[in-house]
Amino acid sequence: MTTTRFHQLIFENQARLSGRRKVVNAVMLSLTGVLTIIALIPLFWIVGYVLYKGGSSINLAFFTQLPRPLGMEGGGVLNAIEGTLVISILACIFAIPPGLLAAFYAERFPNTTLGVALRFSTDVLSGVPSIVIGLFAYAVVVKTQGHFSALAGGVAMAILMLPTIIRTTEEMLKLVPRTLREGSLAMGAPEWKTSLNVVFPAAISGIITGFLLAISRAAGETAPLLFTALGNERYDVGSMITSGIAQKQGIFQIINRIIDQPADSLPLTLWKYAQQPYPERIKESWAAALVLMIIILLINIFARLWVESRRRALRG
Amino acid sequence: MNKYSLTSNKLHWTKRFQRTIRHGDIPWQVIIILMSILIIIVMFSIGVMLWRDSTTARTQFGWSFIIPTADATWDPVNSIFQSWPFIYGTLLTSIVAIILAIPVSLGIAIFLAELCPEKLRLPLNWLVELLAAIPSVIYGLWGIFVFLPVVVAPVGEFLLNTLGRVPLINVLFTGPVPQSGSSRLAAAFILMIMIIPTISAVTRDVLLSIPSDQREAAMALGATKWESIWQVVLPFGMSGILGAVILGLGRALGETMAVTMVIGNSIEGSPSLLRPGYTMASVIANEFAEAVTTLHTEALIEIGLTLFFITLLLNMVARLLVWSVARRTTIEARA
Repeated sequence: MTTTRFHQLIFENQARLSGRRKVVNAVMLSLTGVLTIIALIPLFWIVGYVLYKGGSSINLAFFTQLPRPLGMEGGGVLNAIEGTLVISILACIFAIPPGLLAAFYAERFPNTTLGVALRFSTDVLSGVPSIVIGLFAYAVVVKTQGHFSALAGGVAMAILMLPTIIRTTEEMLKLVPRTLREGSLAMGAPEWKTSLNVVFPAAISGIITGFLLAISRAAGETAPLLFTALGNERYDVGSMITSGIAQKQGIFQIINRIIDQPADSLPLTLWKYAQQPYPERIKESWAAALVLMIIILLINIFARLWVESRRRALRG
Repeated sequence: MNKYSLTSNKLHWTKRFQRTIRHGDIPWQVIIILMSILIIIVMFSIGVMLWRDSTTARTQFGWSFIIPTADATWDPVNSIFQSWPFIYGTLLTSIVAIILAIPVSLGIAIFLAELCPEKLRLPLNWLVELLAAIPSVIYGLWGIFVFLPVVVAPVGEFLLNTLGRVPLINVLFTGPVPQSGSSRLAAAFILMIMIIPTISAVTRDVLLSIPSDQREAAMALGATKWESIWQVVLPFGMSGILGAVILGLGRALGETMAVTMVIGNSIEGSPSLLRPGYTMASVIANEFAEAVTTLHTEALIEIGLTLFFITLLLNMVARLLVWSVARRTTIEARA
């Protein structure tokens, strides 16, 4: 009798405990799902609100005109759009060649001392605050040149882009099947030809999306431009080119004029306008936010889709 | 003459040259090695340049520049600089943000790595990563006009009326909450939203790298799914998760634009979370371009240097922790 009573007690206890454990299990597991949804609320809130606010204040003049003084109708942020383009192009020129070549090294010799040091510095570099990189570009370029310039902004952006470029390029090179490289080497091609003519073309689409991601990250940054590119409401590439041609300047002189003066960028304009108490300026900063956000989201979504399909194709 | 002796001096000089540079491999390797060294140099020269350019400020103020003081002054007119208020603002907002972000990020990572149906996994991953792709000025703009009045101001009032009445910790919750909502609390909330993607992405990768025998063994012993996650998987990946948290902390410390836009930018004595403050990054952003005296510039660069060293240290620790999990799991998976 005692044994059955004893068993019964154990059974009851187990049933009670397992009931509680099941409840805890269900509650906690669904909690993780709820937390995921909660964390995504700001994303939809921001995107939706920027679409709504920016969409109502954007017009054609926004893209085609320079800023006008307050109180005057019209005016846009052409200077900022051109400045963003110029700074991004400069950043690509400075960051892509070294980043690409370093990624070749990191992929080929990952376990040498230099390879480990390289990986470690890229990781660390990606964690350096962007404002500190701005200070560095100020110390290196602005102080030596003696004035603020688009060039300095480009250097800051390039340093910001480097880690992303190196990491994604390395990842994409790693995805290329080893057999491809071995086949090329077996045919007697030297290593550099194998790397550049066989492995690189096989990985190129992924690498380009990596560049796009890096550019989209850099294009949204403001902090490193605050005291390198500074901002310039009169920045107008078109008029610089036409006046340069009229004065019979060479192409390098014109390029020099474009990159040697302070430039504006979309995030910089957004920041300046958002702090002003005038409703027109606030409206323009929402429009700038819209343009910036659409560019960045499009690049991101496109790049991710592309990388994913690529990865499937290479694995498949 | 022996016809088998193909000595190199019999060859045409171009062939000999080709052979000494191994058909281009030597130059190629030299180039990629130089580029790798260049990138390492860039990393180091950030520290060196900031160190060099803050010499006067460093020698003039010494340690008093960064040590905690109750009555710190930041006076560009009389050239007296002590950065404690900024360091305090940075630390307080980042730590509050981290404390708020950890549970949410852990939840997301667990959901994405362990529970999520296969079809939902990729889109959810993307959405969380898009959260990280939105530029920080847009967070700031949204913060000023939407988040502050709608969320931060009411939450601030609520905290003032509840935690503000509890002895000891009410130092952190003294009012009044500014009408606009600009406060350290606002900065902490915005930072929380911005670092959640970082922490959850790294944690998710750590969880995914944990071998599934760990989970299966726990389940076989009768553990529920949650017990296997909470008592087996999480402790196994603890150092990696810690690394993820530290990475998030590093990002929070250096975040500039969004924080500058919502924190209110004022140096006042109150240590309260509900009052406006200032951070290291935002003082650089606000004052650097307008700094007139050399000493002012150098003091700001010294703040940047401090920030650089802190984030450098945190990143190194975090990477080592994440790597240690990755290494351990690969070895054990192989064994």
